[in-house]
Parts: sequence; C-alpha cells; structure tokens
Amino acid sequence: MTVADERLVRTGVARRLLIRPELGAVVGAVAVFGFFASQSATFRSIEGVANWLDPASTLGIMAVAIALLMIGGEFDLSAGVLTGTTGLIMVILATRYGLPIWAAMLVALVVALLIGFVNGLIVVRTKLPSFIVTLGTFLMLQGVNLGVTKALTGTVQVSGLRKAEGYEEARALLAGTIPVGGTDFRVAILWWIGVTALATWVLTRTRAGNWIFAVGGDDQAARAVGVPAERTKIALFMTTAVAAWLVGSIMALRFTSVQANSGIGQEFIYIIAAVIGGCLLTGGYGSAIGAALGAVIFGMADKGIVFAGWDADWFKFFLGAMLLLATLANRFVRRYAEEVRH
Amino acid sequence: MTAIDEKTPAGAASALLEVRAAGKTFGGVIALRDVSMRVCAGEVTCVLGDNGAGKSTLIKILSGMHAPDSGEYLVDGVPAAFTSPRDALDRGIATLYQDLAMIPLMSVWRNFFLGSEPRLGWGPFRRFDVARAKHVVREELRSMGIDIRDVDQPVGTLSGGERQSVAIARAVHFGARVLILDEPTSALGVKQAGVVLRYIAQARDRGLGVVFITHNPHHAYPIGDRFLLLNRGASLGEYGKADITREELTSLMAGGAELEQLAHELSRGDPAG
Repeated sequence: MTVADERLVRTGVARRLLIRPELGAVVGAVAVFGFFASQSATFRSIEGVANWLDPASTLGIMAVAIALLMIGGEFDLSAGVLTGTTGLIMVILATRYGLPIWAAMLVALVVALLIGFVNGLIVVRTKLPSFIVTLGTFLMLQGVNLGVTKALTGTVQVSGLRKAEGYEEARALLAGTIPVGGTDFRVAILWWIGVTALATWVLTRTRAGNWIFAVGGDDQAARAVGVPAERTKIALFMTTAVAAWLVGSIMALRFTSVQANSGIGQEFIYIIAAVIGGCLLTGGYGSAIGAALGAVIFGMADKGIVFAGWDADWFKFFLGAMLLLATLANRFVRRYAEEVRH
Repeated sequence: MTAIDEKTPAGAASALLEVRAAGKTFGGVIALRDVSMRVCAGEVTCVLGDNGAGKSTLIKILSGMHAPDSGEYLVDGVPAAFTSPRDALDRGIATLYQDLAMIPLMSVWRNFFLGSEPRLGWGPFRRFDVARAKHVVREELRSMGIDIRDVDQPVGTLSGGERQSVAIARAVHFGARVLILDEPTSALGVKQAGVVLRYIAQARDRGLGVVFITHNPHHAYPIGDRFLLLNRGASLGEYGKADITREELTSLMAGGAELEQLAHELSRGDPAG
C-alpha cells in the first residue's frame, strides 16, 4: 500500500500540469499579452483592457459552448448565423409586431432551442457528420435571414429596437456597461465569465460532464455502459443554440439593429478559439476555460494590432499562425496522454 | 493479500449459472448444439475452443444478448428470460469484452464510474461526487491488489493488462456475481497475461463465478476449475480439473489427430528444406 502512495506522489504535479488541455492557451495568452503590452501603452492601460475584453466576451460565450460541443465530438457551423437569426427575430417582433422586448426574446429563445434540437436530432439519428448537417442548417438559416428581412423591410437590416418596450432594462442587463476604476467595462464580460464558470463546473463536476467527455471520446463505449449518448449530444446542440441566442440578444441590444448577414463567418472563429483553448477536433478532450482564453487571445490580437498601429490586414495571418501552433501543441498533449506508461 | 469476502465459496453444489443442452441456430447455420455447462461461486469455468467453435454464441447467450433456441438457461436454479444484456447485468452477470468499453482519454476514476456516477447535493446543484469516486476507485483497486500509479491518469496510458484489471475491479464493485471474460489474455504478452490471470484468481477468491473464454489452454489450465471444450458448435465435454491433464486439454483443444497430422507433415518437409 505504501508503495502505491509513493508512486502517486512521484507522478504528481508536473505531469498533471502538462496534461491540462488549457495549458497551451494560458501560455499563448501570456505571450500575446506580453507582446502587445510591450508595443503599446494603450493596450496595457485599463481602458485598453476594457477595449480588448469587449470582443473577447461575446466570442468567448460562443467559444465555450462550442468547446462543450466539440468535447462531445460534434461541430456546429450554424452557431454563427444563429446569433443573427435570434437577433433578427427579437428585433422584428419588438419593432414590427409591438411585442415587449422580453416576449420577443422568449420567442427567439424557443426558436433557437428548436433549431438546436433539430440539428442534434438529425446528427444522432442519421449518424451523418455534424459538419455536413450543420453546414446545411447554416446555409438554410443564412437564406431565411436574408429572405425574411428583405420581405419585411425591403432592406437588409432591421432597426429601431430603442423604441421597444423594456429596452432600457434589457440593455442594462445584457449590453450595458459597468464602471470599474473609472473605466466602463461591458456587462457582457460578466456573462462570459459566468458562462465559463458554469460550463467548467458542468464539465468537471457533474455527471453530465462525464457523459460529454465520454460521448466525444468513444461513443460506442459510452453507450455500452449506459450513457444516454443521443440525449447528451442533442442537449449539447441545444446549449450551443442558447449561447447563440444570448450573444444574438447582446448584439441586438447594443446596436439596436441587426444586419441580415450578421454572424456569418463567425462559426469558424468559435471553433478556432475552442481549438486554441485545447479542444481536440476528434472530440473527448478540451476545456471551457481554455476556450475562454482562446477568445481572450483573439480579442487581444484583434485590438492589439490596431493599438500597435499596424495594418489590421495582418490580423488573419496572426490568427492562422496561432491556430497552427495550438493544434501542434494539442497533438503533443494528446500523444502524451495516450502514451502507454509502465 | 487474501481478501476473501464474506459471501465466499458456497461449494460446488450451488450453480450460479447453468446451461442445459442449449442450442442456437442462425438462419441455416447451427452455431451451437446441445451444450451444457455450470458456473459456481468461487470457481473458474474455462470455455475453450478454436475460432468458429461457438464460444461467441455461448457468451451471447450467457450475457443475455441472445436466448437459446433449445435447451435451458438457469440463473440461481431458475430459468432466465433475459431480453438484453442489461437484464443480465441487473442479475449480477457482467460480461467484459476485449475492447472493455473504456474511454482512452478519460481518467481511470471517470471511466470507472461512467454511467453510474455517485452524486451529491440536490436539484440543479446535484454533482458528481468526485472525492468519493476517487477514493472508492483507489480502495477497490488496492483491495484487488491492482497497482495503478494514479487514478487521475487517462486509461489510454494503462497497459492492456492494467485495463483488464480495472475493468474486472469495476465489475466487482458494481455487484457482479458472475464475470464473463471474453479472451481477456489473447492480446497480451506473457507477463501481462499473468497479471490478468492473477486478478481473475482474486475475483474467484472473492466468491465470484468466473467464465473465462480463451483459445489458450496454457492460460486456462492453471486457473480453471472446470473446462468446457467446444468444437464446431458442439461440446467435446465438460471436465473437472481432476479429470484432465494439461496435455490432454491441449491435445483435445487442438483436435489431437489434426495436431499429430500437422506434426507429421512439418517433420517430413523439414529435411528437404
């Protein structure tokens, strides 16, 4: 017995730290911060922090949800355009049909849940790759967003949310700002932190979290020990849809209008943030905190390039390089995790 | 490490499982005919046979996946009517297949409790009792004499023998009375196979009935109490350990005459080459 204890201590800290999925994202975030902080004084000031945490927050909410889904072994390409769909539903109902903001948001939530459910149901029933299924949903939603918006308004955007009933309260809750040390921070940052904390708790400390890792790691083996794999996956698609609804609402309330093409192209950014955060494309491994940090890296790079006075065109290059580095790092971690030790 | 449980050797008289003259046909193929066997508490029953002998069909009947077309399947002396492996599991009959249903990227303790997570708390705050899960896994492995360095390590880092051992410990923990092991040693090296055999002995000493399916008489003989030999779907007989020697077992298993023929052919070809 004492022998087992001795070995337990010896294999402890270093290995456990190395095997954390978010390690790469922590190192990356520190490096990117250090780099831009050395280039620009604005970047490291509190105003600068508030500035780059802003894009990180809405992206982060989505990246965390996508990370859960990816750990569960699936993709959702329709998540980006769904933020547009939910925003459009909310603004159209509140401005064209006179619904109070809260009622409009509730309808948008129900639609989002339904779309998530359908995505999940098709994936688990047909066993088609979710990449293809949600690519289909993505294109369909893109068409619906544009078609319906044009039919109703004759333009490609809906606006005028400011006049809707309950706007001020909803805006304060989802799209307002909170002064911290004389600087206004977006309230979405709190939502993002909350979502990350909740997702981390679910993943690491609940039965559902165990099931998510299991269905992503080995679907068949999970079923064999009684994990309801189909239910778990459908719930993950619905969770992603709820996140899209939250982000869609935040954006709509902030800008009081929604473009018909809103959210398109974001779906890959979510996946990139999740992968930088340590998620494996093959599923079964990853972390919510990692995905949140992936979003921070994205936010810092997005604003940092501007603060440093560079051409913003270089942003995509930077993003691509980060992604490549992160996937390489993840591959080593995975090999290490799966390597047989005697 | 003689961790013998209270519920131990009930003696050879009480059979946990018994199959009487069981037969199974798939379409026009007779997969199994007139096979009888017994599994008793605290005993290891070995099922031996070459590929296509009907071992898999027999396991599927024992584990509740198929019902026999003819003959009887008794559990605790009462005819069993299982409609799924879940039914059999609920009666304490656990089947461990070669792939073991474990997730390589997940830790030992997460795998151990997968699908049966202990929980704490109330309502939306109900959570996986992680501390207890880790503690139980450590204790269970230790009481089986399994030396796993760290229950936090991913199952993928365990060797094949260690994985088998963890799977056995898991089945024992979740109340298995009968363990059905499908070729647990076939993919393992000599040393690893020895480790797994030791844990099979541990399970036996705890009073479990073990069905050990193998095509290797050298693994079966040292641990078996009874030997059921299958050939082309039919039984070549069920032997007690006292009734058969290792050599007889090996020869029966290989189909004695065929082996002699093979030896003859090979020896004749040898000088020429």
